[in-house]
Amino acid sequence: AAGMFLRLLSDVRWRAANPKWRRMTCSRRSTSSTAEPHPVSLPAQAQVVICGGGIMGTSVAYHLSKMGWKDIVLLEQGRLAAGTTRFCAGIVSTARHISVELKMADYSNKLYQQLEQETGVKTGYVKTGSISLAQTQDRLISLKRIASSLNVMGIPCEIITPKQVAQLHPLINIHDLVGAMYVPEDALVSSANVSLALATAASRNGVQIHERTSVSHVSVQKGRVTGVETDRGQIQCQYFVNCAGQWAYELGHSGEESVNIPLHACEHFYLLTHPLKEPLASNLPTIVDPDGRIYIRNWQGGILSGGFEKNPKPLFTEGRNQLEIQNLQEDWDHFEPLLSALLRRMPDLEALQIMQLVNCPESFTPDMRCIMGESPTVRGYFVLAGMNSAGISYGGGAGKYLAEWMVNGYPSENVWPLDLKRFGTLQSSRTFLRHRVMEVMPLMCDLKVPRWDFQTGRQLRTSPLYDRLDAQGARWMEKHGFERVKYFVPPGKDLLDLDQSKTFYKPDWFDIVGSEVKCCKEAVCVIDMSSFTKFEISSTGDQALESLQYLFSNDLDVPVGHVVHTGMLNEKGGYENDCSIARLSKRSFFMISPTDQQVHCWAWLKNRLPDDSNLTMEDVTWKYTALNLIGPRAVDVLSELSYAPITPEHFPSLFCKEMSVGYANGIRVMSITHTGEPGFMLYIPIEYALHVYNEVMNMGQKYGIRNAGYYALRSLRIEKFFAFWGQDLDAFTTPMECGREFQVKLEKGMQFVGQEALLEQKQNGVYRRFTMFILEDHDTDMDLWPWWGEPIFRNGRYVGKTTSSAYSYTLERHVCLGFVQHFDEKTGEELVVTTDFINQGEYEIDIAGQRFQAKAKLYPFSSLFTHRRRKDEVELSGYQRE
Amino acid sequence: FYLTPPQVNSILKANEYSFKVPEFDGKNVSSVLGFDSNQLPANAPIEDRRSAATCLQTRGMLLGVFDGHAGCACAQAVSERLFYYIAVSLLPHETLLEIENAVESGRALLPILQWHKHPNDYFSKEASKLYFNSLRTYWQELIDLNSGETTDVKEALINAFKRLDNDISLEAQVGDPNSFLNYLVLRVAFSGATACVAHVDGVDLHIANTGDSRAMLGVQEEDGSWSAVNLSYDHNAQNEHEVERVKMEHPKSEEKSLVKQDRLLGLLMPFRAFGDVKFKWSIELQKRVVESGPDQLNDNEYTKFIPPNYHTPPYLTAEPEVIHHKLRPQDKFLVLATDGLWETMHRQDVARIVGEYLTGVHHQQPIAVGGYKVTLGQMHGLLTERRARISSVFEDQNAATHLIRHAVGNNEFGTVDHERLSKMLSLPEELARMYRDDITIIVVQFNSHVIGACQSEE
Repeated sequence: AAGMFLRLLSDVRWRAANPKWRRMTCSRRSTSSTAEPHPVSLPAQAQVVICGGGIMGTSVAYHLSKMGWKDIVLLEQGRLAAGTTRFCAGIVSTARHISVELKMADYSNKLYQQLEQETGVKTGYVKTGSISLAQTQDRLISLKRIASSLNVMGIPCEIITPKQVAQLHPLINIHDLVGAMYVPEDALVSSANVSLALATAASRNGVQIHERTSVSHVSVQKGRVTGVETDRGQIQCQYFVNCAGQWAYELGHSGEESVNIPLHACEHFYLLTHPLKEPLASNLPTIVDPDGRIYIRNWQGGILSGGFEKNPKPLFTEGRNQLEIQNLQEDWDHFEPLLSALLRRMPDLEALQIMQLVNCPESFTPDMRCIMGESPTVRGYFVLAGMNSAGISYGGGAGKYLAEWMVNGYPSENVWPLDLKRFGTLQSSRTFLRHRVMEVMPLMCDLKVPRWDFQTGRQLRTSPLYDRLDAQGARWMEKHGFERVKYFVPPGKDLLDLDQSKTFYKPDWFDIVGSEVKCCKEAVCVIDMSSFTKFEISSTGDQALESLQYLFSNDLDVPVGHVVHTGMLNEKGGYENDCSIARLSKRSFFMISPTDQQVHCWAWLKNRLPDDSNLTMEDVTWKYTALNLIGPRAVDVLSELSYAPITPEHFPSLFCKEMSVGYANGIRVMSITHTGEPGFMLYIPIEYALHVYNEVMNMGQKYGIRNAGYYALRSLRIEKFFAFWGQDLDAFTTPMECGREFQVKLEKGMQFVGQEALLEQKQNGVYRRFTMFILEDHDTDMDLWPWWGEPIFRNGRYVGKTTSSAYSYTLERHVCLGFVQHFDEKTGEELVVTTDFINQGEYEIDIAGQRFQAKAKLYPFSSLFTHRRRKDEVELSGYQRE
Repeated sequence: FYLTPPQVNSILKANEYSFKVPEFDGKNVSSVLGFDSNQLPANAPIEDRRSAATCLQTRGMLLGVFDGHAGCACAQAVSERLFYYIAVSLLPHETLLEIENAVESGRALLPILQWHKHPNDYFSKEASKLYFNSLRTYWQELIDLNSGETTDVKEALINAFKRLDNDISLEAQVGDPNSFLNYLVLRVAFSGATACVAHVDGVDLHIANTGDSRAMLGVQEEDGSWSAVNLSYDHNAQNEHEVERVKMEHPKSEEKSLVKQDRLLGLLMPFRAFGDVKFKWSIELQKRVVESGPDQLNDNEYTKFIPPNYHTPPYLTAEPEVIHHKLRPQDKFLVLATDGLWETMHRQDVARIVGEYLTGVHHQQPIAVGGYKVTLGQMHGLLTERRARISSVFEDQNAATHLIRHAVGNNEFGTVDHERLSKMLSLPEELARMYRDDITIIVVQFNSHVIGACQSEE
């Protein structure tokens, strides 16, 4: 079998290239052929233990050892590079949708290119280029968006015609193509050999590699890794890295302290053929035909072709003991649609002889992004797994980022989209994972359109009002397992089917959301925002205040009943979280954070709050239903329901009061709306939720109340230039860069995390600036809509990317938010971005290759705030959350 | 001329019928889960009939297919009447008395059968009184005969078959003052019909067969594959025992003329049948009845024609051969079908197709390339063909329809070929009978859990 062949080949090379390894583990085997190789005993301790000898484990070992960490042990249960890595198709492709993934792939490509020279191990690296085909216009738009991203990253890439495709590849049938994307620097490698090369280099740098050693569990004391138990004994260690691929989930659950690594394996098939009569050139470009769900690369004069079918076969749901990878069967009937697609794409291959159908399981994650980072529950426990079949493309970059994370405390890029802490225990159900990965795997080839929602694993977390809202026409999306309303379809109005509403252009809900926005502006709307993460922090003395003053950048020593918007910053001044905190009493605080902060924020605070039994923190997310009353008449509704004066004199902006609403007492009412519009957030103990909602809707009738969803909220917040953590703000963005200096109290009389970095920035200026763009010559009905990640050009030169966008129904224009940088025209060096630099440029936004003029603004339109005084405006702006 | 797939489906599904035995308290206590039935005409009008009913005064379910010849009158009459004769034969003495008393005193009658009928399965209104009177005479005789013994199913089946055929014969001899009925009873008697009837009661399955329709049991082997077990013998020239029987019943002098060209007296394919008095009555009786009968009968060349070498009637009997089978958990279904199906399909294929349909699992051998030289094109052809085989399963909601689709549309690979199916179904009426016969199928699905439970009780 070809797999076996690959394996033998790699073993031979590996030993030849690495005499040290041979000495370590093969000495006994060479003297006695019967002796099983466990020649070198495990060390009793090490700084780092890496579990998994595939591309991820070896890459982490390689990068850690390069960065100077030497005391590293890598354990592999079988043979190096013998799992998924061995079977991997070996395509290094940089065509990725998410910027950080793109950067990882680009780095991997560059690393692999020089790896043979560095290590002497043949990696089979060939720069073939890749061609992604488009059978539809929508697919071409999707490719053009990627091409725009690649180009501004300096990765050569062009959109080509079907004729040009035929010139690049002799076998392709181009009749059904509308275009393609050509990435000339994409490459092919032998993934097993890349892994072995990385292992060789790591080994030379002092990393100890032990094969045939299984980790049974990880020992934890006081929330820290202390060592690992293996079938060959114990190793004490400070850091453990779980690179166990599709076994990572099980390994995570094997210890007393569970580490949730939500991934699930699916079978993946690809075909190997004998060489063509006239063998294919080894530098022939790799073909990706996403509409046919297949990829095709040259392989030893023949082809290797696999794909991502619509009906994947998940496996190992009940754990590893069912089947060994080696015993997985070929399933030709299952492969039939992919074979049809292959022959349609390359009809001349009909007469080509089959060598083998390889069944190679791959692991997939709930959101199609890989899993990286430190466990929120066990310190020193790192994870790198769940590559969604792009392991070889990400391997180098992912290993580098994780190594940086371990050595420096954080990677050199924003990896939040990949952070393990974006998941919690709620994503670790096997049933959930099994269902979700069956949706995720086909998604590899599906068109990625804006506002796409997963359909499986839904209705897990819901508000008590879910059924009520659903009955009123709510359409739902999901965040961190929580169902949230997008908008309400009015009775009698039908929207397109899910499939048909996928568009890069104006969506079918445009008018619906428009009318919700209008109602927010003119009357009053209610939005269920219960998904917010809510913590209560309290203490017997001043511990809570003191700790929070240190961990948050704004001044929290405010009178009781005040609400403070503040960043939770890291040492570099970047946003780890962006939240609002209400001071409930002298000694207790109520903290509201974005929905997906539930795990990250908890871990961040837990790790930094003093270990003091008099200081308690509780996650009360599930205890409160949150209703947002937005609009000029919100005050009328609330005052009628509470018989309390709610005028600005009694209830100024950014206040929090416990009051009764209807019959229900103890409702936390805050005068904030997360949109810049007037109104209130109601935090309601869940048993009162239905009552309060009914009262609000009944009372609101005479004021024209209606339900609204997050799409309306999004439009409102973006036109007001409100940044959103996780979308616009990340750990690499400081308050200074997004015009939020007013939320930082540098002189609050005590030190806080990030203070030094911010002081320095204040003195030296910022290198990027959060900016609002109004599209000028963009036709909402006819043109492609912006989404996020679009390149921004200033005077024709690339200066940054957008982070979010929305149609403003007030301005009747699209608004994009994004960061502007200033690169020196000659050296490319980053320069300070000044207000003048922003204001004195001509801007364009690139949407799928088409540039639209845009007007840049550093402050929101004051006309939108005519009813407010200047001071309120400053207080309001810059706080919002979705 | 070409039929689109929806047109093909509407033809195939025109007569399909399904019945699910209702579950009580969520637990199905019947060994029968339900049945699917369907028929596809080749003759115009169709000469096949089917019946299904649940016995209400005794336990058990009756299902039968009837293949008529020389018209549909006999098959129609048998399909209406036979199950009543069987049900009555099975009734205990007290119930018979109760029924007779009810009729006598004009009270409402206990219902005997619950029919499961397709709207196209009609009962003759005009003859119902006549049929009822004959049936009543039968149960009155049963009451008089009261043997005191419990009724044996096998015996009851045989008696019912014979009695009904006898009544058909008598009614034709006696005639009826109503000219329509008079003509009807004669048409019933002069045409013929085979019958294959199943009686299922718990694990006891009885098949009573007269003629060349067939009952087949679908058995799932331990490895999941399907095999067929015959539960009836065809009564035709291919059955040596049957030829032997006929020869035994007549003098040696007739040996040569009894079976010619695989037909009884060179004329009749089935060796046992209802009606067909031309093979049962004496020549004198035939002549007398025909001459005194209505003009339509007199003008009919067929009825007037006396079979050659007709010396020692009767040559034909309606007495069934009864096979008793104890159902086992691996017995998953029963197929009753007229010869139209068995002429086109081997029973092993029938077992596989129905089995795979009912379980939704397709035990196609997985393909492995191994050391063979296979090209991508060859593999692709093979896989598309396998996929077509599977996808044809999901078009049908009825196992009988699915079987008909295969019977009519199968190509040499055993796969439904739409083009062939379309051609076969669009044949003009006068040609259809040359390419295929009427097909009538009932597929009964058994409840293995109930059967397993019954088995362990015994």
